[in-house]
This record gives sequence, structure tokens and C-alpha cells, in this order.
Amino acid sequence: MIYAPLLRAILPKLCWTHEHHVSVIRFNHVSKRYPGGYPGVHDLSLDIEAGEMLFVTGHSGAGKSTLLKLIALIERPTSGTLLVNGQNVGVMRSAAIPFMRRNLGIIFQDQKLLYDRSVFDNVLLPLQVCGHPPREALKRARAALDKVGLLERDKANPIALSGGEQQRLCIARAIVHRPSILIADEPTANLDGDTAGQVMDIFKSFHQVGVTVLVATHDLGLVSRYASRTVHLDQGKLAA
Amino acid sequence: MKAWLRHHSRSLKGALLRFARAPFATLLNAFAIALSLALPLCAYIVVFNLQSLSGHASDKAPQLNVFLQPDSGVSAQRALENTIRESPAVRELRFISKEEALKALKRDGEMAEIAALLQTNPLPDAFVAELRPEAAREAELLTAQLRAHKAVAKVQLDTEWLQRLQMILSLGKLAIGLLAGLLALALVAVTFNTVRMQILTQRTEIEVSLLIGATSAYIRRPFFYQGALLGLVGGGLALAIVIAAGVVLNPQVEALAQAYGTAFRLELPPAVDLLALMVFSGFLGWLGAWLSVSRHLHSFAPS
Repeated sequence: MIYAPLLRAILPKLCWTHEHHVSVIRFNHVSKRYPGGYPGVHDLSLDIEAGEMLFVTGHSGAGKSTLLKLIALIERPTSGTLLVNGQNVGVMRSAAIPFMRRNLGIIFQDQKLLYDRSVFDNVLLPLQVCGHPPREALKRARAALDKVGLLERDKANPIALSGGEQQRLCIARAIVHRPSILIADEPTANLDGDTAGQVMDIFKSFHQVGVTVLVATHDLGLVSRYASRTVHLDQGKLAA
Repeated sequence: MKAWLRHHSRSLKGALLRFARAPFATLLNAFAIALSLALPLCAYIVVFNLQSLSGHASDKAPQLNVFLQPDSGVSAQRALENTIRESPAVRELRFISKEEALKALKRDGEMAEIAALLQTNPLPDAFVAELRPEAAREAELLTAQLRAHKAVAKVQLDTEWLQRLQMILSLGKLAIGLLAGLLALALVAVTFNTVRMQILTQRTEIEVSLLIGATSAYIRRPFFYQGALLGLVGGGLALAIVIAAGVVLNPQVEALAQAYGTAFRLELPPAVDLLALMVFSGFLGWLGAWLSVSRHLHSFAPS
């Protein structure tokens, strides 16, 4: 069989593809310890399925942000293995990290909006980074803004937007390059109840079209309104 | 590939746009660079021109003048002539008798009146030898030999001042080299700092870009363009300064040269050299940016 080596090379990849349909993120006894002994997460095992919407709750300092940072490779695990899209991110080469991150859409706790450019240009940034052709990028940015209801504010400066609008802009920026995983760190922290609900509904709509959505929040009241899986973190450990 | 080219053109445009947005700050930076280039360039041009001047002088073959004692006999003259002619340093030899010398003096407008008053001829017989410029050592040997000869009153070798000038020029060149080296460091420091400031003001953008999948080459590229462009603009400005200085100085220089009876003006080095200087300045700018980016982007890397 001439094809045997070829098959042997391809088969594991096929299996991987199969696996990533089941669980897109897999924590296997992952610990992250910060210098000074402060534990981020401790012995965490968690499977997140493709297309799932998952809430991560817990007090501030319980390790929610660390969990998200590990997925986005902002931090690397101290021990254990973490697979994202079937790839072991703990041993990933630095040069491969950017390309892995392009599968993710991240909404940062501190927003990180760029106030030196328009709303539209903020949304355009990820597409420029990924090297999309300009004409297609413009179309996609417009579509993303439309999806979060900010299309008519495209020329405004982000500083002129309300809190809810700013958060929706963050979402538009996070999904404009159509990532398979959406990660949000305290996306409703500074919003009133109604606005928070609007933002969560946007997440839900992405979940409904097959995007894996991960939301870290301390707002248990908000979480209880959605029939999604919720994991609770306490001092870096999963609570039952 | 297309995306890569697109990012290059966008980086260049971005750098130009940043210059346009802060023209005063950019101009000051470019000016600091221009000064650090213009200073050694000016010194270089002075040396370059002095060298071409001394080059003109050495175009004429160096001369050896041998004046004889008034009472030296014909046989001593013959012997001397043979000695001089045999030296490998000599290309051509002429004998100028005192009568010829006096005739020449009488032909000279100003000196003619004085010469007419002379009752006897006070001038000595002389040999004038044209030397081979490459045989400097033999020429010195011959000079020493002639000075020791008892029929010789005085020996004049006109290459000595030329040699001294050459030595001064090579010393000047070395000093300029050192100065240029130091100022090149200053240029690198200026771009290093400029790029550092730019990195700090774009902190959030860099952070966000990295977190949404920008490669480090993508992050660095605009800063490289900024540094190189700053170097190029500085280089161009340096040339402008030097050319302007030439325009201001040249009438004075020409007037001074005329007073000494020569035609001399400061000439720029060939255009290729000036172009090379600008390219080098751009390279130094790039180097400063590279150092700065390598040093300051570390803080963004994941732990």
C-alpha cells in the first residue's frame, strides 16, 4: 500500500476534526499560578462543546478572567493541558499564536476601544490585521455594525457613544472576522439592567447561529434568565 | 502576498500621515537628525575641496631648484648636472645660467626697473629639475646629497608643503570619521526615542491588534517605516542645509581665492555620494526604530 503513510498522516487529523466538533475547548487538570504564589485557576477540568453558550460565574478574583486569558493565550498554563480547536495551546510556538487567535473574538473587560479613530475604523481593525481585501472588509464591517445596531453611528468617535453602545461596538469588533469562539469578560459590568439584557440578547443570537459563546460575569441574576450551562468558579476551582 | 503588500503600503501611508498630523514635532526631529548629518558633511566637503585643490597642485610635477655658488666652475657644474640627471627621481632637467635669469628678470614688468639699476649680475646659476611625483623618497635622497655638495648654495624642494597638507588632510578625515560615527549614534538615538514615544501613544492599538491575531511583523512594520522615513527626511534636510551653506559661503570663498590669485569654490561631492548619504541616513533611522521596537514590544508579549 503506497498510500499507507499518507493515510497515517491524515487519519489523526481527521480524528481531531471529529474531536473539535464535540469539544472545542478542553481543560484537562489545568493550573495557572501567578508569580508570588497567587493562584489563578487550580486543577481545572472543563469541556466546552462547539456551539455551546456557557456562563462562567464567580466573585471577582475567583479566576474567571484567568480562565478566559488561558483560552486566548494571553497566559499559558503552569500545568495540565488545554486544547483549543484541537490544538495544545500550552506548547504552541509564539509565531503560531496570532493565527490561533484569529479563531477567537474577544470582548475585553476594559473594552480597549481606540478613541483616535471612528466607530467604523474600530470595527475595521481586525479585518486589516487578518489581511482581508479592502472592499470585502468594508462590507463585513458594515454588516457587523448593522448586527449590533450601530450602523448609523459609524462615523462617530467611540467616546461619543453611550455605555451600552460602546459595549455593542466591542461586540461588533469581536465578531467582524467571524470567529468560531466568542469570549466576553464581564460584558455587562457597567450597564444598567435593560442595556445589559440587550447585550446578552446579542450574544444569544450569535449562539443561535452556531458560534461558541463564553461569558464571564458576576451577575447571577442575568445568568438565571438564560437556559444555558453555567459553571461557578470559587478561588480558582470549579464549584459544583 | 497581496495582503502583505497592502500592509506595506498602508504602513508607509500611515507613517506619512503621522508626519503630516504633527508637522512641527516631525520637523524638529528631522532637524535634529539633519544637524547631526550636516555637521560632518560640511567638514567632509571642506576636506574634499582642499584635497582637490592639493590635487591640482600636484598635477604640476614637483620641482627641485638647485642654486649654485657664484664661483663654482664649469667642471663642478658638469659634475652636478650628471648627479642630478642620474637620480631616478628626475624626469627633466634644465640649466638656467645667471645671464638667462637676469634676462628673464628684465622681461618681468615690475622687476625690470630694479634689474636695470643693477651694475653686476647678483643672480646665481641654477638647475631646475622636474621630478616624478611617485619617487618622493629618491627626491629627498637627492636633495640631501645636493645640500652636502660644496658647489651648491641652496636647494628648494617644493613638495614639502604638499606633504604636510596631505598629512593635515588625512588627520582631518580621521577626525571627521570619528565625529560622523558619534553623530550617527545621535541619529539612531533620535529615531529610537521618537519610535518609543509612538509605541507608547499607540499602546492600546498594539495591545488590541496583538490580541486579535496580529503577527509581530505586522506590529513592527509601521514603526520601521516611520524610522526609515524620519532618517530619509533628515538626510534630505541635511543636504538642503549644506547646499544652502554653499550658496551663502561661495561668493566669499571665491573672493578670497581671487585675492590669492586662484579660482576656487566649494564644490559638492558627486550626486551618487549624496544619494548614498540619504540612503545611509534612512538605514540609521530604520536601525533606531528596530532597536526601539525590539526593546519596547517585549512588554506586550504573553507571559
